[in-house]
Amino acid sequence: MKSKSFDYKKLLFRSIGLILFLVLWEIAPRLGWVKRLYLQPFSEDFMALVHLILNGKLFPHLFMSLERIALGLLLATIIGVGLGLLVGYFQRINQALDLLFQIFRQVSAFALFPVFILFFGFSEVSKFGIMLWASLWPVLLNTSSGVHDVDAVLIRSVKSMGGSKLYIFFRVILPATLPQIFTGIRLSGSYCVMAVVVAEMIGAKRGLGYLVFNSRESFLYPDMYAGIITLAIVGVTLNFILVAIEKRFTSWRVA
Amino acid sequence: MNILEKNDKVKVRARSVKREFQIKNRQGKNQPLVVLEDFDLDIQEGEFLTLLGPSGCGKSTFLNILAGLDKADGGDILVDEKPLEERSYDRGIVFQSYALLPWRTIIKNLEVGLEIRGISKETRREVARKNLERVGLAAYENQYPHQLSGGMKQRVAIARVLAYDPAILLMDEPFAALDAQTREDMQIELLRIWEADKKTILFVTHSIDEAILLSDRVAFMSSQPGHIREIIEIDLPRPRTEEIRNSVEFSQIRKSLWALLQEEALLNQSYGAFI
Ligand SMILES: Nc1ncnc2c1ncn2[C@@H]1O[C@H](COP(=O)(O)OP(=O)(O)OP(=O)(O)O)[C@@H](O)[C@H]1O
Ligand SMILES: [Mg+2]
Repeated sequence: MKSKSFDYKKLLFRSIGLILFLVLWEIAPRLGWVKRLYLQPFSEDFMALVHLILNGKLFPHLFMSLERIALGLLLATIIGVGLGLLVGYFQRINQALDLLFQIFRQVSAFALFPVFILFFGFSEVSKFGIMLWASLWPVLLNTSSGVHDVDAVLIRSVKSMGGSKLYIFFRVILPATLPQIFTGIRLSGSYCVMAVVVAEMIGAKRGLGYLVFNSRESFLYPDMYAGIITLAIVGVTLNFILVAIEKRFTSWRVA
Repeated sequence: MNILEKNDKVKVRARSVKREFQIKNRQGKNQPLVVLEDFDLDIQEGEFLTLLGPSGCGKSTFLNILAGLDKADGGDILVDEKPLEERSYDRGIVFQSYALLPWRTIIKNLEVGLEIRGISKETRREVARKNLERVGLAAYENQYPHQLSGGMKQRVAIARVLAYDPAILLMDEPFAALDAQTREDMQIELLRIWEADKKTILFVTHSIDEAILLSDRVAFMSSQPGHIREIIEIDLPRPRTEEIRNSVEFSQIRKSLWALLQEEALLNQSYGAFI
């Protein structure tokens, strides 16, 4: 799929869409297609970001958000994988809970934010509440369907060799499910990045979501865009890291 | 013809084995389907016995019961005169679909059975290597299953079972997914491996030629419900080679087996069933 030597031509080709978008962003305000007060040329917003980095003002927000994302994703992964394995392994539990999960999955975490605030105020609990809600379902449902899809003949074959239930669970079901677990974690990662913004928009004092919202309220529009660009970079980087980990653990898969 | 010759030891003794499944009929109601009934079979120690019979007659069902993957609803199965234990430490099964663990390298696949038995790491590796050599795939120890051809995968599957040295080898149409040439090679390969230590083998196939070439005895099954109808001894000399396929004796045995199968088909027709 991928060649070992770095392919600049290919990278350039794959960046065409991005480059066109940035060019459009650059010229649209300059040519007066959009109100320059609301959207500045990309170079200006980018410089605002550089500025925020140089004067150190970005980092408290960035680190705060990274911390929340890391913790939220860790929580979602632990609970999601744990529950997913349980639900996938015990079909009866699955039958009892599947409908509930399918409905929960459709309920937007953002709609639940007011409910969390009602119960827990503007606390970290509320923030992790919506982040967890947003990111739990992909990893949970991917894990349980992964367990369900394990090739039965693999289980039978190891059982016929004398493998105990425990051995089969940890040495057959778990490794066979890993690819789907990782797919779930990757999806959950994106949801986490989305949810952290919302969580930080209300009742937070730090974080990229706060930076974006507060910059708008303070009429610092370039800073607002700088925050948005940072969030995009965070999302892409997180995905990149998760893909790398996934590759490392599932290198046996047919390319 | 179920007479024990010489003073051969009976390895597996199956008596009046019964197995029925609950299936849904067209009205969606549960209804019992008797798959095995009055199934009697003795497998002698060190013999190569093949089950032959129409599709759906219960060959795999019996194999699975013997492998500890399924339970009989009645009758007795004794291994070494002792009741069948659930965990099949002394049996090994080779499936048509190889069933190798795709995330393990070939050598690690061979170690599964040894791992389960709590054998130390060094011994595991050593035994696995020896058995991989036996099937001529020593060079592939660090490859993954998807990098091997079907025939190679099946050889790995056989080596994996041999590695933990079960007393009985169960093979459920192990070569059915292979092309004709590979299949013939594998038959000879299996004979070569088997000649080395004459493990008890229960083999299932749809191919009469395969059954004749490999077996000491061929057990014919009838269906509905499945039971052993007749057992034929294959009196060809051992060790057998490819050339034996062209011998007069071989074609005579083939002819008589065909006649038996024909009868079974007619029998089934008179019951209004189909194969
Ligand atoms: N788990 C099950 N539930 C219900 N019916 C089953 C089950 N397993 C097998 N059967 C039925 O039992 C019968 C015998 O199946 P089995 O797989 O033993 O046949 P077989 O002789 O191995 O056939 P083939 O040569 O096609 O492999 C079939 O009619 C099958 O539908
Ligand atoms: Mg079968």
